[in-house]
Amino acid sequence: MIDFINLYLVPGLTIGSVYALGAVGISMIFGILRFAHFAHGDLMTIGGYGVLTAVWFIPVHPLLLLPFGIALAIVSALAVDQFFYKPLRKLPTIYTVIASFGVALIFRSLAQLFWSSGNQVFISGVRMPVVLFDTFRISELHMQVIILTLIIAIALHFFLTRSKLGRAMRAVSDEPELAAVAGLDTERVIRWTWVIGASMAATAGVFAGMDTSMHPNLGWNLLLAMFAAAVLGGIGKPMGAIAGGLIIGIAEETATFTWLSDEPLISPSYKSAVAFFIMVALLLFRPQGLFKGRLL
Amino acid sequence: MSALLSVKGLVAGYGGVPIIEGINLDVQDHEISVIIGPNGAGKSTLLKTIFALTARSEGGIDFAGKDITGLKTAELVPLGISMVPQSRNVFPTLTVDENLDVGTYAAPPKDKEAVRESVLALFPDLRDKLGQPAGELSGGQRQMVAMGRALMSEPKLLLLDEPTAGLSPAYLEIIFDLLLDIRKRGVTILMVEQNAKQALRIADNGHVLVSGKNFISGAGEALLNDDAVRRSFLGGAAA
Amino acid sequence: MEMTGLLFYLVSVLIAGGIYAVLCLALNVQWGMGGLFNAGIAGFFAVGAYASAIVTTAVSSKHLGGFGLPIPVGLLAAMIVAGVTGWVVAKICVRLKSDYLAMASVGIAEILRLVIVNESWLTNGSLGIAGVPRPFGDLVHGREADLLYLAVVWFCVLSVYILCQRLYLSPWGRTLRAIRDNEDSARAAGKDVDWFRLQTFVIGCAIMGLAGGLSAHYFKFLSPSATEPLLVTFLVWVMLMAGGSGNNRGAIVGALVIWFIWSATEIFTSRLPPEWVTRSSYIRMLLVGLLLQFVLQKFRSGLLPEKSPKIRSD
Repeated sequence: MIDFINLYLVPGLTIGSVYALGAVGISMIFGILRFAHFAHGDLMTIGGYGVLTAVWFIPVHPLLLLPFGIALAIVSALAVDQFFYKPLRKLPTIYTVIASFGVALIFRSLAQLFWSSGNQVFISGVRMPVVLFDTFRISELHMQVIILTLIIAIALHFFLTRSKLGRAMRAVSDEPELAAVAGLDTERVIRWTWVIGASMAATAGVFAGMDTSMHPNLGWNLLLAMFAAAVLGGIGKPMGAIAGGLIIGIAEETATFTWLSDEPLISPSYKSAVAFFIMVALLLFRPQGLFKGRLL
Repeated sequence: MSALLSVKGLVAGYGGVPIIEGINLDVQDHEISVIIGPNGAGKSTLLKTIFALTARSEGGIDFAGKDITGLKTAELVPLGISMVPQSRNVFPTLTVDENLDVGTYAAPPKDKEAVRESVLALFPDLRDKLGQPAGELSGGQRQMVAMGRALMSEPKLLLLDEPTAGLSPAYLEIIFDLLLDIRKRGVTILMVEQNAKQALRIADNGHVLVSGKNFISGAGEALLNDDAVRRSFLGGAAA
Repeated sequence: MEMTGLLFYLVSVLIAGGIYAVLCLALNVQWGMGGLFNAGIAGFFAVGAYASAIVTTAVSSKHLGGFGLPIPVGLLAAMIVAGVTGWVVAKICVRLKSDYLAMASVGIAEILRLVIVNESWLTNGSLGIAGVPRPFGDLVHGREADLLYLAVVWFCVLSVYILCQRLYLSPWGRTLRAIRDNEDSARAAGKDVDWFRLQTFVIGCAIMGLAGGLSAHYFKFLSPSATEPLLVTFLVWVMLMAGGSGNNRGAIVGALVIWFIWSATEIFTSRLPPEWVTRSSYIRMLLVGLLLQFVLQKFRSGLLPEKSPKIRSD
C-alpha cells in the first residue's frame, strides 16, 4: 500500500499535474479558437528551454526563473497566432489544425537548433526524497509540482468565474456569435487565451523537464495525454482539463501497478497507450467529457 | 421630431446576393416599431445590417443624429444600441448573473449595481435563478435573460429578432407586456415579429417588408385595419 | 565521373520521391477525396515496411519469420496488413469528427511505434531487420540495381495513380466527395457515410503500406528509426497541400516538387561549416515548417487544384 502511494500514486499526480497544466491551454484554445492545437506540446518545450537558458546565467532554483520561460512561451504563442493562425481564421478550422502541425515542427526544429538535440538537466546531482511520517517518501520536486499546480488551479477557477476577462473568455467559448453581438472584443479574448495557455504550457514544460530532463521532443511526447485530458475534462472546460490531466496521469501510472498478479497490469513500455484508449473510448461513448464540455 | 434611427437606401446580403434592396426606415424616439412580412423578406437581415453583423453594400444609417454607417458592432454598443438575436441568445454555461454581467462589458455603465437592479425589477422571475446556468432555463426565461443582457448596456435602441419565436401563447403575452414596460423606461424598440397581429397591437409603428423592399409603413393601428395588409399578411380576417 | 555521380544521385532522389508519391496518393484518397484527417501516416507506412520485410527475408531467429517469400507477395502482404490495421482503426475512429480523428491518428501512430520497438519477437526491436531483399537482387548489383528499382517504384506509382484516378471518377468517388463536401445532405440522400469512410480509410492505409514495403526493399534494412513519425507524416502533408489535395496528379507533382526541394536543401546544407552540418537537418525541418505555412496561406489549392465543381458547405 505504501509502495503504491510512493511509487505509483505520487508520480501519477506529478505527471498528471504536467498534463493538467498543458491541457488547460488545449481546452481553452479548442473552446475559443475551435481547433486542436497540435503545437501545444512543443510550446511547452520552448517554455522549458527558456528557463533552462535562464538557469545558465542566473544560478538560482529553476522554479524561481519560471517567468523567463513563461515570457518566451507567450511571445512565441502570440507571434505564431499573428503570423500563422490568424490569416486562416475565416477558413474551416482544419486548415489551422494543419498549420499547427507545421508550427509544432517549427518549434521543435528551433529548439534543436538553439539548444541541441540531446538531454539537458536543470540541476545535476541526486536529491534525497522528503520522508513524511516515516513512510511516505516524496521528492521535493514532486511536492513542489503538485502544490504549485493546486495553487494555479484555484487561481484559474477564480479568474474564470470572477474576473471580467475570465467571464468574457467563457462567453466567447460558449457562443462566439452572441459574444460579438454583445460587443465583446473577440481578438482581445483570443490574445489572452494564448497568454494564459502559453504560461501554463511553459510551467508544465519546466515541471516535466525537471522531473526527467530537457530534450526537444519533451512536449510532443506529452501531447497525446494532454489531448486525452482535455477531452476527458470536456472541451472548453479549463477546470475539467485540470481534473482530466490528474486522472490521466494517475491512470497511466497505476495501470502499471501489480493489480491482479505479480506482473504489472500493463507493461510500463505501453504506458502512453493508456491515455489513447481513454481518449478514444470517451470520444465514442461520452464525447462531451466528464464535465459536459462542448461537442465539435 | 427627428428620428432616433434613420435607414436610407440600405442594400445588403450574403456573398454578393442582395437580400434587402434599398430599404428606407425611420424609427422615432420612445416608440415600438415592428417589422413584419413573409418569410425570406429580409427582416432579420435588415436588423443584422443595422447592427453591423451583416455586410452592407449600399446606403446609410443615422443614429441619434450621428452617421453610424460602417461602424462595427463593438462600436455601436457604447453609442446605445443593443440586440437580442432570435436563437442562441444566451451563454448557456454562464449563470444568469454572469450573462447579465457580460452585457456591461462593451459599454460599462456608471453604476452597474443600479442597472442590474432595474433590469431585475423588470424580470423578477430571474431573481431566484441568478446562480443557475442560463442553458438550464425554460425558453421564456432564456428570452428574459437575453433581453436583460441587452439592457445591461443601457441602450437607447433595442433591436429584437423575433422575441416570441417558439414560446407558448402565455409567454408571448408576458414578453409583449415587458416590451411596453421597457418602452416606458425610455428605450426605443425595433423588432422583427412573426406574430404580426399581436405585435401591431402594441406597436406604435409598423413596417411591412416584401422581397427585400418596403411594402408599406404606418401606425400600428392603421396597418391592422389596412385591407391589403390584412389580406396578405394577417391571415385575412378582421383584426 | 562527376556526371554519373550526379545521375545516380538523381536516381536515388527519384526513388524516394516515388515512394513519397505513393504515400501522397494514399493521403489524397483519405483527405483529398474522403476528407479524413490522418496524422498517423508514419504508422501505417511502418506496418507495411515490417510486413513486407518479415515475409520476404530469410528465416531468422531474431524476429518473426522470415518466410523467404517472393517480393510481390511481400508487397501484397504489406498492403493487406496495413489495410487490416487501418480497418481496425477505422472501425473505431472513423465516426470521429475531423480534429478528433487527427488526435486519434497521432495516438495510433504512437501505439504502432511502441509495438515495433517493444515486441522484439516480431520486429527484433530497436536492432531492426537486416537482409531485406531487393527485386532482381541476384541479377544486378550496385548502381544498376538502383536504376532497376527506380523502374519498379515508378511502376507502382503509375499503378496506384491509375487505381486512384479510377476511384476518383467512379460513382464511388463521387459519393465520397459528396460526403466530404456536405456530410449531412449525403446522409439525407441515404448514403451510408460511415461505411464509405471506412472503405476510404482502409484503401488509403493499404496504399501507405505498399509505400512502406517499397521503402524496406530499397534500404534493405529496417529499424524503428526508419519511420521517424513526424517527418514522414509531415512531409506527406506538405506535399499534398502543395500539389493540390483532391487531385491525383497534383499529389504526384507535389511529392516530387517538395522532395526535390528537400533534397536540394541537403546539397546546400552539406556545404555549411562543419559545426553547422549537424544542425543542418534542423534548419531543413524549420524551412519545411515555414513552407507549409506559406502554402496554407497563399497557395491553398496547390500546383494542380482539384477541378471538379465543389459544393461548399462551410
